Amino acid sequence: MSSLKASNGVVDAIWKLLASIQLTIVLLMSLAGTSIIGTLIPQNSEPAAYVAAFGETLFRFFSVLGLFDMYHSWWFQILIVLLAANVVVCSADRLSAGRRILFVRQPAYQAARFRSLPDREAFTEERGPEILRALYEPYVSRKARAVHIETTEDGFRMFGENGRWTRFGVYAVHLSVVLLLIGGLIGSIFGFDGFVTIPEGDTVQQISLRSTGERLRLPFAIRCDDFDVSFYETGAPKEFRSSLTLLENGRPVLQKEIIVNDPLRYQGISIFQSSYGTVPSREAVLSFTSRGTGMVYTQEMKVGQEAHLPENLGTFVLAELRHQTQFKGHPVGDAFIGRLTTPDGTAQEVVLPIRFPTFDRMRRGEVVIAVDQFKEKHYTGLQVNKDPGVDVVYSGFILMILGCYVTFFRSHQQVCVEAVRKGSGALVTIYGTANKNKASMQRRIQRLAIALKEMK
Amino acid sequence: MTSSVLLSATTFIYGIAGFLYCFAWVFKKPGAGRLASWVTLGGLAGNTAGFILRWVESYRMGFGHAPLSNLYESLIFFAWTIALIYLFIEWRYQNRVIGAFSAPLAFLTMAYASLSPNISDRIQPLIPALKSNWLIAHVITCFIGYGAFAVAFGVSIMYLLKSRRGEGEGGLVGRFPPTAVLDELTHQLGMFGFLFLSAGIITGAVWANSAWGRYWGWDPKETWSLITWFIYATLLHARMMRGWRGRRIAWLSIVGFGAVLFTYFGVNLLPGLHSYQSMGQ
Ligand code: HEM
Repeated sequence: MSSLKASNGVVDAIWKLLASIQLTIVLLMSLAGTSIIGTLIPQNSEPAAYVAAFGETLFRFFSVLGLFDMYHSWWFQILIVLLAANVVVCSADRLSAGRRILFVRQPAYQAARFRSLPDREAFTEERGPEILRALYEPYVSRKARAVHIETTEDGFRMFGENGRWTRFGVYAVHLSVVLLLIGGLIGSIFGFDGFVTIPEGDTVQQISLRSTGERLRLPFAIRCDDFDVSFYETGAPKEFRSSLTLLENGRPVLQKEIIVNDPLRYQGISIFQSSYGTVPSREAVLSFTSRGTGMVYTQEMKVGQEAHLPENLGTFVLAELRHQTQFKGHPVGDAFIGRLTTPDGTAQEVVLPIRFPTFDRMRRGEVVIAVDQFKEKHYTGLQVNKDPGVDVVYSGFILMILGCYVTFFRSHQQVCVEAVRKGSGALVTIYGTANKNKASMQRRIQRLAIALKEMK
Repeated sequence: MTSSVLLSATTFIYGIAGFLYCFAWVFKKPGAGRLASWVTLGGLAGNTAGFILRWVESYRMGFGHAPLSNLYESLIFFAWTIALIYLFIEWRYQNRVIGAFSAPLAFLTMAYASLSPNISDRIQPLIPALKSNWLIAHVITCFIGYGAFAVAFGVSIMYLLKSRRGEGEGGLVGRFPPTAVLDELTHQLGMFGFLFLSAGIITGAVWANSAWGRYWGWDPKETWSLITWFIYATLLHARMMRGWRGRRIAWLSIVGFGAVLFTYFGVNLLPGLHSYQSMGQ
């Protein structure tokens, strides 16, 4: 029994803490303060760069604190989760405490409360309360909601209100914060963020993930049919444009030209134009220099083609174009790979790096092969993403703007029009109250007074 | 007349307006104050005309776009929002002393745009990433918010000066509006600015999502706009706690404006990429 009470006490205390606006202030300030760190320390760089910048000890210390990826560090995530809990609990708490104000259809108006208000406007009328009542009622009923009329000893009181719903604005804002966080979470669990480069004419189905560098196989293949870049006279790029075809099981299912700011979306996956560059095409002019005679023979070849060399030097097959090739552990860039078969039947692989035309001399063969000319073609760099949380985030965006607007610039207003017999006429007093923006209430009452005075 | 001549003239006019507001305040000359209002209105007209003319010029150059695409153009628009919001406040509150703390901000913004050697006023064609209507919405909403925060900053300085002296005292500070009015004004401007800053961050996120496929990437400029947002959210909530009216709210508004300035200028000193960084040069 007592332990139950104690645990209730703890739950209560936690609830109270999470409902407190003091915690909100602490969390918002902590988030603002700590967010600065990640803008001072470049995020997600190579460890070596950090060690160089900070030294070994500080590097270890910062690593433990997660400062190199701090927006995903445990403590930053805890701050965000606390803020979410804070906003949920606080809103729930206030919704239940304020339900008698928030969820009433016919409010109970109290004349005494209005009489104590500073905002009022009074005038005298020659017509008596009975006439005024018949005149005012349709007007007030049209202008206000939940109108209620009381007959008093020497006249009447008419109450009405507007904008009770605006009290929900702040809950909309708080809900929007929760939606943003949920949407972000959905995206990080069920989405991915990848990148792929495709030379013109090529088709790919695998992309690399940005976060881990892992490869991911898409449910469809992407073919880049064409890529174009245009420039301004200043030399700045004007437009990148890729013609893409999506293929499922080898069959085209969708075709679209994409440019920056106009992506392609298919099956929840979005493909964005991101960058471009050039790669050697699969055609080249090769030169074959015979060691024996010194003669140079040139021939234009495509990948896959075979050439019978003169002087009985053998046959040469241009086997493939390999990007970012390594030769004995050293990077040599893009290279054509050939297979040379000498007349005695021995075959060997020949590496022809585009950047190093004299490379093949090192092989000390009977024939020295070099890439004399090669054509280049563009590749397109595409950002390939899936984020199923975007819709939730966007609803949060809309809700936040609407909620803020309502909270800041709309208010819940009540008015009371009271008429008291005075001689053959009446004294009319208008009182008003608003939960916000009280200055504008005064003007509204004045306008209402003018409208009522002019009523015939 | 070219837009840059017009905008240089506007800089000068805002300078005169600021001077007149200060003169009217210090020497108690209501006539100078009234003149200052008209001069500010003239500056606003020049600012608007310069903006439109620059837009037209960009079309004449063959790559027309709204002049909201680089640091120079955003500063011009920033000065415009400051002047507009200030004039609205002057009209609503019928007080010209605030002008002595607002018009100089519009002047400094324009002067920085015109005179800083790092800011080019050349009209440049848009690079692909900036060709988006979301960019226009993003810049407009952000700078309306920043304009409100700038005026709130001036008002908060006034609040701090006045609250140190006490309400009833005469002298220069005695001509300020009552502290309660200044506090209320800071709150009103804070709310207005917060709405537009939120809209600015949101339109920026939507733009980033259409250009790069991610609505948030924690790049320093984004992060600093979020820091600014947290600070003004703190300000709005702090008013609900007892004891947090007045001075602390004024300080939060000053710190918040510092964050605005850092988001705008300081971030370029940090490592990272945001389009303005390369565009400003
Ligand atoms: C980033 C998160 C948050 C945002 C953007 C936000 C936004 C807002 C806004 C715009 C207002 C209206 C302020 C005004 O009228 O001046 C407000 C009011 C309020 N907020 Fe938040 N808020 C956040 C988090 C929280 C949290 C965590 C709590 C938890 C205690 C909280 C509690 C309140 C309360 C009690 C009000 C006053 C409601 C009323 O007037 O009845 N807020 N919030």
